[in-house]
Amino acid sequence: MKNNKLFKYLSTTPVIIYSISLILIPLLYILFLSFLTNDAYGGVEYKFTLSNYLTVFDYTYLKILFKSSLIALITTLICIIISYPFSIFLMDKSEKTRNFLIKMVMIPFLTNSLIRTYGWIVILRKNGVINTFLTSTNIIKNPLSLMYNSFGIIIGMVYTLLPFMILPIYSSVSKIDRSLIEAAKDLGASKWQVFKNIYLPLTISGLFNGSLMVFIPAIGYFFISDILGGGKIMIIGNLIKNQFLTARNWPLGSALSIFLIIITFILIRIYKKIGGNMDDLGGM
Amino acid sequence: MNENVLVSLKNITKKYGDKTIINNISLDIYEGEFLTLLGPSGCGKTTILRTISGLEELTKGEIYIDGVNVTNVDPTLREVNTIFQSFALFPHMTVWDNINFGLKMKKIAKEEATKRIKDAIKLVKLEGFEDRYPPQLSGGQQQRVAIARGIVMKHKVLLLDESLCSLDLKLKREMQIELKKLQKQLGMTFIYVTHDQDEALTMSDRIAIINKGKIEQLDTPKNIYRYPKTAFIADFIGESNIFNIEIKETTDKYALAKINEDNSLKILNNNYKVGDKLKILLRPETFELKKEYVRNSIKGIVKNYVYDGQITKLEVEVNKGLVLKVNINDADICSKDDTVYLRVPEEKVVIIGEQNEE
Repeated sequence: MKNNKLFKYLSTTPVIIYSISLILIPLLYILFLSFLTNDAYGGVEYKFTLSNYLTVFDYTYLKILFKSSLIALITTLICIIISYPFSIFLMDKSEKTRNFLIKMVMIPFLTNSLIRTYGWIVILRKNGVINTFLTSTNIIKNPLSLMYNSFGIIIGMVYTLLPFMILPIYSSVSKIDRSLIEAAKDLGASKWQVFKNIYLPLTISGLFNGSLMVFIPAIGYFFISDILGGGKIMIIGNLIKNQFLTARNWPLGSALSIFLIIITFILIRIYKKIGGNMDDLGGM
Repeated sequence: MNENVLVSLKNITKKYGDKTIINNISLDIYEGEFLTLLGPSGCGKTTILRTISGLEELTKGEIYIDGVNVTNVDPTLREVNTIFQSFALFPHMTVWDNINFGLKMKKIAKEEATKRIKDAIKLVKLEGFEDRYPPQLSGGQQQRVAIARGIVMKHKVLLLDESLCSLDLKLKREMQIELKKLQKQLGMTFIYVTHDQDEALTMSDRIAIINKGKIEQLDTPKNIYRYPKTAFIADFIGESNIFNIEIKETTDKYALAKINEDNSLKILNNNYKVGDKLKILLRPETFELKKEYVRNSIKGIVKNYVYDGQITKLEVEVNKGLVLKVNINDADICSKDDTVYLRVPEEKVVIIGEQNEE
């Protein structure tokens, strides 16, 4: 028994130290910073203020928040629209094909997402693969603006976050007994009716999980909007990054971070309210 | 029974790659008939059912339902319904919504739908369970919901895929009788798939024995039991003694069949010639057991004696290679190691083919 206790301490202590020193303390520090005043040289004055939080509700920042949410929402919807047909299509395939295709979804996952996002520049830019093809085949005269706008950001977000939607949806679709689908068809349900009446209600928890795992990062993935938005489109993630690195207004950046964390918590609350299961996401 | 052909399979074949699951089957199923597809697992019987419902596409051949060629018609539009082996009830819908599902899909008017659902629920005796969810029901109740969901559509054909096999024995017996009653009451055509010969014999108007993707015999339960066409069927349906004989003498009416050096049987002559080598079937209940020698009997020694209440099961050794299963009603007539004489009425001997046949 004594040994057991020792092992318990030895195995949990590093995790606890890690969590406290690298997650809890920085977060508390951010919280602390958010109530301080910014001085003219990019430093921090130890003077309590609430003005940073008032600035967050400034029209300019609310607009950025709205725009970020819209981009995240569109990203989430596109991911859903791609994931369902893909998962349902997989169910008719043999196990070998299924495993192969799921691996194909997973492999890009293993590469650095920053590098992958740079890859999209080659495809989307003015003299990139798509535009070169379209202009050389005379389908269009002038190259399309595929990046340095919201379109480019959404493509990058969908591409990066798609696996987070496919995996939970695929996993809940694959749990549905095939005979339920056959029974629905047998009773006269069209493909859309089968989806609406069988697939959707039986995979709702997978759908919630996926949406949460796509929407929340999509608000904050600043590097995608930096690279594919060309710095022209601000999302909350960029805004925060800029406050820390460019504008050197740490207190405002901290307030924005806390604000983002609060939004995330609200989303999780809503998710739990409408029946999501936190256990599927590792419990909370 | 009506003589209208309702479902007609014309030379249907189904292959998965090189594997032939259904091998050129033709079958007419009549209106109001209870037809059972009976066979061992993997014989293709469920696949036949699935081609009728449209869940499986044919490789070759045609299927007609009520005179319409439905070979290329989507399952959604075929006027048949299936009761699945797993029941396939929608777990997120109440009993009522499950039964209503098909009606909703076909956009049946609400009053009509409500009436039909109530009738169906009454028919399968599920009153009071309308608001339950399938996981809250017992196996037998789930079975009833599945049946109600099928019959509420008022299609002429219901396909049942091993529908009773997940129930326990007692419930199974009850459901067999109820299912048969229901079918007569509704006048529907039931096509029933099972590997359970008891079920097939109890419920069916006709049985099609399926083996290796072909129909081996199609007949009434009585005829299949009494006059199986092949050794496979004789062995599959009921208990049987199958062994070889050789025709030794013939007259106009009778023939003498030699079993071994000591035993011969008189059988009815059906154009047999002296020297014909045949396979014969004797059911365990066809023997009359005697203690003394009687004409037309087989002599043997009781090697095993099992008292089973209603009947007594014996194993009688005729010679080294031949042990006969014998069922008798009178448990006191003999005991183990007795020498007995088994009289066989000549009309009860069934010839099931020549010996070189498979």
